[in-house]
Amino acid sequence: MSGAQETPRVSGAQEAPRVSGAQETPRVGGAQETPRVSGAQGLEARGIVIRADGKLLVDGVDCSVAPGSLTALIGPNGAGKSTLLRALAAVDKPDAGEVDFAGASLAALPRRERARVVALVEQDASTELPLTVASVVALGRTPHLSVWEGMDATSIAAVDAAIEAVGIGDLKARDFTTLSGGERQRVLLAKAIAQRPALLLLDEPTNHLDIGAQLATLAHLGRIAASGTTVLAALHDLNLAAAWCDSVIVVAHGRVVASGPVGTTLTPQLIREVYGVDATVLEHPTTGKPVIAFSELGS
Amino acid sequence: MRRAGWWGAALGVALVLSITLAVTIGPAEIRFDEVWASIVSHLGLGTTPLSVLRDGIVWELRMPRVLTAACVGAGLALSGAVMQALTRNPLADPYLLGLSSGASLGAVSVILLGISVLLPLAAFLGALLALAVTLLLASALGRITPTRTVLAGLAVSSLAGAVTSFVIFWTVTGDSYREILSWLLGSLSGARWPAVLIAGTAIIVIGIPVMATGRLLDSFAFGDTSAAALGVNVSGTRWALLGATALLTGAMVSVSGSIGFVGLILPHAVRLLVGPGHRALLPLSALVGAIFLVWADTIARTIFDPRELPVGIVTALIGAPVFAFLLARRSADA
Repeated sequence: MSGAQETPRVSGAQEAPRVSGAQETPRVGGAQETPRVSGAQGLEARGIVIRADGKLLVDGVDCSVAPGSLTALIGPNGAGKSTLLRALAAVDKPDAGEVDFAGASLAALPRRERARVVALVEQDASTELPLTVASVVALGRTPHLSVWEGMDATSIAAVDAAIEAVGIGDLKARDFTTLSGGERQRVLLAKAIAQRPALLLLDEPTNHLDIGAQLATLAHLGRIAASGTTVLAALHDLNLAAAWCDSVIVVAHGRVVASGPVGTTLTPQLIREVYGVDATVLEHPTTGKPVIAFSELGS
Repeated sequence: MRRAGWWGAALGVALVLSITLAVTIGPAEIRFDEVWASIVSHLGLGTTPLSVLRDGIVWELRMPRVLTAACVGAGLALSGAVMQALTRNPLADPYLLGLSSGASLGAVSVILLGISVLLPLAAFLGALLALAVTLLLASALGRITPTRTVLAGLAVSSLAGAVTSFVIFWTVTGDSYREILSWLLGSLSGARWPAVLIAGTAIIVIGIPVMATGRLLDSFAFGDTSAAALGVNVSGTRWALLGATALLTGAMVSVSGSIGFVGLILPHAVRLLVGPGHRALLPLSALVGAIFLVWADTIARTIFDPRELPVGIVTALIGAPVFAFLLARRSADA
C-alpha cells in the first residue's frame, strides 16, 4: 500500500482517508459529523495483535469508530475481520493492544458490566435448541439479570421494544430453528438490541440474505446508529457499505490499510490494491450515493 | 415460565405421592395410611400402628430404598441435562467423562479382589480417578475443549471397561457374579439409610445450586462466543458445572452402580413438556428423574417377586424405546 491517494470522486467529502504508512494524524474534531452522543468518545483500538497457532491474524491494528456512527469493516476473506471484531468486543483477549470505548478500557470492565456496554452479533450464529423467538431475544437480557432472578419489568419492556424495533412481532412464538436466514438475522439483531448496548458490533450481518433482507438489515443498523449507538459491522458487499455507512475501516492481511469517510476512502485504487479487481465508482441515479462497479483486473 | 411453575407444583406432589405409594408395594401388604403413620412416628410425632417387624419393613428397608431411588434419579437426570447443555450434544449423559466405568472398576475391585474399602467409597474414588485421567488426557492432547474432553472420556471409559472385564474374567467365582452384574447394570437392592445420606447430601449440597444455573446454561445456546458476549465467564462456568455434575454423578454411582438411560432420556422428555429453557428444565428434570426411578425400582423389585431385577435393566427396557421415539420425533422435525 503506497501512501499516494487519488482525488476523491465524491464531492463534499470533508476529510482525507487515513492510510497506513502515513503518520498518525489526529482527526480534526474527532469525527466527520457532529457526534450524536455529546461528550462521549467512540471506540478506540490501539496496537491490537492477535496470534493463533503461531499465525499472526491481526497485526497491530489501530482504528476508531466515531460515537453514534455506522461504520463498515471491510476487507477480503481471511483479512482478520472476525478475529478483530471479537477482540474489539473484548470477548477474546488480544495478545497485545488496548480497546477503549467512551474513554474507558473494555478489558478492565467486569464481564457483566462490559456486556451491558457492548453487544456482538456473530456470523451465522445458530443453535440446536428449539428456542422460541421471544426467548432468543430475552437472552439479550442476560447481563442485566442475576442468575437467580426472573425477567423484571425493565427486561420485559426491553425485549418487547427490541422485537418491535426489528418488526418480528408476528414471529414471537415461532421456533428459531425453523426461521429463514433473514428472519434469524432480525431475531439476532433484536437480541443484541435487547442487550441495550452503547456499542454494537456485527460480523457479516447480511451474509446469505436476499437483497431485500440485506437492505432491511442496513436500514435497521442505520436507525440504531441514529439513536446514538455506535455501530461497527463487518461487510463483504462494498456497495452496501458505500450506500449505508458513514465511514469504513479497510483491513487486509491483519492490518488496517485505510479508514475514513466512505466517499473518500473507497477509491478504485484502494479496491484494486486490496481486492485485486478494477473498480469504477459511479453515482447512484436516485440516491446520489456512490455505486461501485467491478471488473477483472486489466480487462 | 408460569406453565413450568404449574408443572413443578404438580410434579412435586406426584413425587411425594410416588414415594409413599411405592413404599406400600411389595411382598408384605402395607397400606398407604400405615406408611404415613410410620413416617409421622419416626419424625417423633406420635406412635406407629405397625408391628415392629412391619414398621421395620417400612422404615428400614423400603423407605431408604425408595428415597435413594428418588435422589439418584434426580441427580442423574439433572447431571444429564447439564452435560447436554455444556457439550451442546443431545446424546450426552452423566457418564460421558468415564465416571461410570471408573466407578465400576472401583466397585468390582472391592467385590472381587477383597480390598477392604467401603464399596461406595471405592466407587466414588474410581469415578473421580476416571474423571482426573480424562481431564489429564484431554489436556495432554492440547488445549482442553469440550470435544477433546468428551473424546478423552470415551477413551478412559473403554480402558476402565477393559480392565473391569479382565478383573471379572480372571477372578469371578460363584455368587459374586450376580453381585457384579447387578452393580454394572445399576441396582438399588442394597440401599439403606447410609445410601440416603450420601445421595441426599449430594442433592442438597450440589444438586440444588446446580438447578439454579439455568440462565447461565441458556446463554450457551448460541455457543461460547455468544455466551461470552452476554457477560458469562465461559470457561469458569463450564468447569465449575462439569466438576459439580461429576461429583453429583460420582455420589449417585457410588450408591447405585451405573443406572443407564435416566440421565440421557429424561431431560429430553422434560423438554417436550416445557421447552428447552434451562431455568425450567433443570429443576423439572430432577423431579421427573426422581419419580421415574422410584417407579422403575418398584418394578425392578416386585415384577418377578421374589427375584429382583437390577433397576438398570428396567430403565434400559423403558429407555430404549422412548429414546427411539424421541429420535423419530427429532428426525421428523429436522
